[in-house]
Amino acid sequence: MKTVELLDVEKIRKDFPILKREVNGRPLVYLDNAATSQTPQQVINVIVDYYSNYNANIHRGVHSLSQEATDAYELARQKIQKHFNANKSHEIIFTSGTTHGINLIANGFSNRLKAGDEVIVSALEHHSNIVPWQMLCERSGANLKVIPMTQAGELDMEAYGKLLNTNTKLVFVNHISNALGTINPVAEIINMAHEVGAAVLVDGAQSVPHMNIDVQKLDADFYVCSAHKICGPTGIGMLYAKESWLLELPPYQGGGEMISEVTFEKTTYADLPHKFEAGTPNVCGGIAFGAAIDYMNAIGLEAISSYEQELLDYATQELNSLDGVVIYGPDKNKTSVISFNVENIHPYDVGTLLDKMGIAVRTGHHCAQPIMDFYQIPGTIRASFMFYNTKDEVDTFISGLKKAILMLS
Amino acid sequence: MTIEEIKADIVDEFSMFDNWEDRYQYMIDLGKTLPLIAPEYKTDDHIIKGCQSKVWVHADMEDDKVAFTADSDAIITKGIIAILIRVFSNQHPTDIIEADTDFIDEIGLKEHLSPTRANGLVSMIKQLKMYAIAYQTQLN
Ligand SMILES: Cc1ncc(COP(=O)(O)O)c(C=O)c1O
Repeated sequence: MKTVELLDVEKIRKDFPILKREVNGRPLVYLDNAATSQTPQQVINVIVDYYSNYNANIHRGVHSLSQEATDAYELARQKIQKHFNANKSHEIIFTSGTTHGINLIANGFSNRLKAGDEVIVSALEHHSNIVPWQMLCERSGANLKVIPMTQAGELDMEAYGKLLNTNTKLVFVNHISNALGTINPVAEIINMAHEVGAAVLVDGAQSVPHMNIDVQKLDADFYVCSAHKICGPTGIGMLYAKESWLLELPPYQGGGEMISEVTFEKTTYADLPHKFEAGTPNVCGGIAFGAAIDYMNAIGLEAISSYEQELLDYATQELNSLDGVVIYGPDKNKTSVISFNVENIHPYDVGTLLDKMGIAVRTGHHCAQPIMDFYQIPGTIRASFMFYNTKDEVDTFISGLKKAILMLS
Repeated sequence: MTIEEIKADIVDEFSMFDNWEDRYQYMIDLGKTLPLIAPEYKTDDHIIKGCQSKVWVHADMEDDKVAFTADSDAIITKGIIAILIRVFSNQHPTDIIEADTDFIDEIGLKEHLSPTRANGLVSMIKQLKMYAIAYQTQLN
């Protein structure tokens, strides 16, 4: 294995107070990053500063605190715009997270679809995110089609090509599968959809923490993510949508902020982005999301991803050296997620024993029941790595796993 | 033996262990020796779906006592089931209804009975009690 120093990980680890913690008397080894990443002090400071110094409602007050809060919130929006290379800052809508962004779009399409129209989702989705599309199809009479997956845990692109036709109105696909780590060819998926006039919503929950995303280069119609997977707080995320779509789609929720004029006869909706941001938003969350993006960029996503690939290769090699371990998903072209099982051992048992040793992994179906059904397994053990994890932690994980296997056999 | 006596025995057994490894190894071994539920009851009618592990339970009454059999696809869950069944099985329905599971805290396995653990055990205990209530109505 290469020993090129890509990142000063020891220094980076000092930014994360939680990594000093012990769990069950052992130093925490946190390998559940695909569920939620940890928060650096730099972001925690921004949250503390907000509540200590300028907590106020935004876009409404003439007083100084409100102005400061509004400025910080809008600055965060611009940081996010720049990071994702959106054309305009009002193409960034703050949401409560990926799920909210998906529902906003699914809802927006309700009146645009009619019986006979088709919506395509992929077999690699987070299953809770299939539900909004099922609901949309029930409401509108459109049909839901599924891009199948292959044994290697990749999307069957040939089958996708055959599903597309002039009735296809919308395609929903994740950029990276949370269960397997597969990087899906979203640029190609988008291109092919556009050829038949369909719009594409990309779920970037798992890609945003590991790579630079250029929404214009991808030509995505919609792109959604959650801050809590990229070192930010929970309960905040963003929806990127092309301006033309935002002008066309109806608002999702009614309330304050989203209106420009209200009489009992008629309401005129506010300009973008406020049309889609009803009510007092998560102001602090938005500002902290911006800080998280700054933090990631200060380290650099390219360095982050090379380092994470090294960790992934090392962990994969170590796991493959154990008897009875089966890894699911592709060998290449994936992010730092390993979904695996040990022969004749239930994932829950392994997860429980690893927790006793202070090692946090995810077990279960990872909200991807269709993938588990495909492999005919009850679930997997999933270890997911971030740039603050180390080779030593991989070693601790592997020796913990060996111990668990010994106890359970 | 009464439910209270059995619980005291279990607490006693677990007090011999001074580390988690031995406690869990004991539980895993108990899980392996759990008398299996008859295959005809290992069906969807008898399943309790936790998000993480599945549990099957069945009950019979003989001589005014309820006997439980159960199974799980996860061995640690099965070990805890073995402990619970030892406490609840072959008891009078009224005693089962009144019994609590506080002793699980004492043997250091509290986290497994947390409602958020999603391993099916909390629902299983409810199910054991439901069976007891049903059989008690038969006795009355
Ligand atoms: C691919 C994917 N989509 C969507 C979600 C849901 O994100 P959130 O719960 O933040 O809305 C997740 C997170 O688990 C995910 O991994």
